[in-house]
Amino acid sequence: MFGYYLDLATRSVRRSKILTALMVLAIGLGIGASMTMLTVLHVLSGDPLPGRSEQLFCPHLDPLPLNYQQGDGPDPADNLTWPDAMALLRARRGERQAAMAGGQLLVRSGQQGARPFNVDGRYATTDFFALFGVPFEYGTGWSSADDIARAHVVVLSDTLSRKLFGSANSVGRTVRLGDNDYRVIGVTGEWQPEPVFYADASASRYSDADQFFLPLFTAVDLKLDVNGNFSAWGVDQAESREVSSTTSWLQFWVQLRNANEVSAYRQFLVDYSAQQKSLGRFQRPATNAKLYGLMQWLGHQNLVPNDVHLQLWLALAFLLVCMVNIVALLLAKFLRRSGEISVRRALGAKRRDIFLQLGIESALIGLAGGLLGLLIAQLGLWEVRQRPDDYAHLVQMDVPMLLGTFALAIAASVMAGLLPAWRACRVVPALQLKTL
Amino acid sequence: MQLQPILASLRHHRLTALLLTLQVSLTCAVVCNVVFMIAHRVDQVTLATGLVEDELSMVQVIGIDKHENSQVRHATDLIALRAIPGVTAAAGVDSLPLGLDESSYGMCASLEALNKATADRSMQRSSGCVQASIYSGTPSELATLGLKLVDGRDFVPGEFVPAQPGWVVANVPSVLVSRSLAERLYHGRSALGQSVYMEARPAMRIVGIVDTLLRPRLRAPAVNQYSVMVPSMPGDNEITYVLRSAAQDRQKVLKAAVETLTRIDPDRLIPPKMSRTFAQVRAQYFQRDRTMIGLLVASGLGLLFVTALGITGLANFWVQQRTRQIGIRRAIGATRGDILRYFQMENFLIVSGGIVPGIMLALALNVLLMQNDELPRLPSYYLALGALILWTLGQLAVLGPALRAAAVPPVVATRSV
Repeated sequence: MFGYYLDLATRSVRRSKILTALMVLAIGLGIGASMTMLTVLHVLSGDPLPGRSEQLFCPHLDPLPLNYQQGDGPDPADNLTWPDAMALLRARRGERQAAMAGGQLLVRSGQQGARPFNVDGRYATTDFFALFGVPFEYGTGWSSADDIARAHVVVLSDTLSRKLFGSANSVGRTVRLGDNDYRVIGVTGEWQPEPVFYADASASRYSDADQFFLPLFTAVDLKLDVNGNFSAWGVDQAESREVSSTTSWLQFWVQLRNANEVSAYRQFLVDYSAQQKSLGRFQRPATNAKLYGLMQWLGHQNLVPNDVHLQLWLALAFLLVCMVNIVALLLAKFLRRSGEISVRRALGAKRRDIFLQLGIESALIGLAGGLLGLLIAQLGLWEVRQRPDDYAHLVQMDVPMLLGTFALAIAASVMAGLLPAWRACRVVPALQLKTL
Repeated sequence: MQLQPILASLRHHRLTALLLTLQVSLTCAVVCNVVFMIAHRVDQVTLATGLVEDELSMVQVIGIDKHENSQVRHATDLIALRAIPGVTAAAGVDSLPLGLDESSYGMCASLEALNKATADRSMQRSSGCVQASIYSGTPSELATLGLKLVDGRDFVPGEFVPAQPGWVVANVPSVLVSRSLAERLYHGRSALGQSVYMEARPAMRIVGIVDTLLRPRLRAPAVNQYSVMVPSMPGDNEITYVLRSAAQDRQKVLKAAVETLTRIDPDRLIPPKMSRTFAQVRAQYFQRDRTMIGLLVASGLGLLFVTALGITGLANFWVQQRTRQIGIRRAIGATRGDILRYFQMENFLIVSGGIVPGIMLALALNVLLMQNDELPRLPSYYLALGALILWTLGQLAVLGPALRAAAVPPVVATRSV
């Protein structure tokens, strides 16, 4: 029966080529526009560390004074102060934990004629590599003894190692970053979370990976430049803004293995805040302390640009108008065949048969529209990749999105066909046959 | 023209006509808002900075030696840059309009206002105070940027004070303020000669008022021009040199400037991305807006196109379906014009039926967009514009089928199917 209906559908399609082409074009445009925007959104809200992200959490304290007014800039409470980060680090309440901040250092390669250049990297504490699962090509990260000793050691990325030494294995060699020499103890392999979820809010989250990793304590000791937002809300006696208790600038991540550990850590944060409040350092309620999961944190940081949401809504509105358009055209098309339908009904076809036949015809149009939509979406994504936005190069359609496109196209056209098919199979045969 | 038969026939095709009406109203709602968004973004993209934009090029330089004397370095560089053929003026600045790097300070019209604002921890809420962007630069910054003074004078050489390293502003005796800031601080009184207060610094006298001077980073339209120039010579080893030349010389001048600076001292950073013309700065700042304008235009046109397709497609069907009736009408005396007008009127009724709910939908959509801070309130002439676009579109889309209908000969009536 299916084959017969398919045959009928192709005949009907062939009979009104232009109208069918218009319908395919409308579905194709609608699907193409929405799939382009859905893919962009899918990429932007993707998981940066699949398989590991469920165990990663970001503690959020509220050390701000009661009368602090939030201005235009980022929320200072999104980062931690040095004393708070150190307290969480020493408490060791998670499986692993690390404090970190971004940094930019000048590199002089020492090779003849090479101009100096700046590289971006990260200052972190020892657990950073194990916490995020950073792969090593050569060597290892530093130990907590190195942290305590303020050791002048560095881990380089594969790219930077090749650029500086011409080879990936630079373990044991010395590199000059900024005004200091460091011993290379490890070289990381390919590792690039998208977005760089652990970076400060003011950093560009979709840009290149970190090129070097230095112990945070060493960086603070040497007063190295920090990339990112320093938010201060008061004056204290600290010897530098890095270690001030009223300046936030550090990011902190902790690994918690199960729900029990998560709730225990949450309680720990509230207790810590309460303790700080009783000491007079915090002023706001202790229950302001929060613990964000990785994906929750990305949501909190609002990483998806507003324009992308707007574009998605626009594309969906476009798809809706296309759908209404197709419903109207299919309705006209099916009703025009009232005579043919009546003959089939008079010869014994049930309403269900007619419904199925017309449904197959709309699905066929949907399939063609889906194919066209896929082409248009690829064209749209190509166009997005030409944009200079930092996320643009990531925008690719993966298999689930590809299948999703087809599912959406067929679902849309079958749904668009439902009303016309239902209306057409309710045609009263006798009335129509009389006029034939 | 009788409406009765048209309405009767539409009632016959109730569902189809309703769907077309729905499509028109959705299109109307979206198109009204899209046109408004386009106008809004175009306003943003074309916002005036006050500079002679098409004559300016910039080179950013970052020194490596932390102990060098930046003031001497900048002075040496500027002498060499001014000697480049084609360069008519040059200055060193810490930031530029639309340049993104911003230093902003709380600034008050009186000492009492400053004390009150400090106690309140807020510059925005206090009446005599604003959060203003500060532009520091070497002498001749005003002339190099081509800013227009509406009142007062430029800084005189004696007013310039060298600043310490660390992105600070020196204690200066005088300031230039933008006209918009002068109006905000002094409410119509002349700002010239008044004193402004910033942090715990000595009072600064306003010596001149600049017509237009945009901030490095845009905020709300009302405060976009709250900016100030100070005669504080940047003391950091990172500085941006601005070169003024004829528009056609910009690329040449830019290339020569990078070469000159490298020759003076190769051991410093000159990021290639930051050696650019002001046109590039503007393009980069508004890059997302320009993408969005393109997308909005494309989706607006796409919507209109699809709606026109729907109207033409349906009208075609109806003409085919009614060929016999048309023939009969022609046979009993209707002219071609009557038939043409019949289909045009029918289309007008359907589109009008869509525009009424469409306008309400457009307003609802606008409220939604306003809540997400995407747009201000939709002015009513955009609704009229949307309605006009759809009426025109409908008439154009139906013209083809209607002409075909008008061409049906009366003899059709006498033929059997």
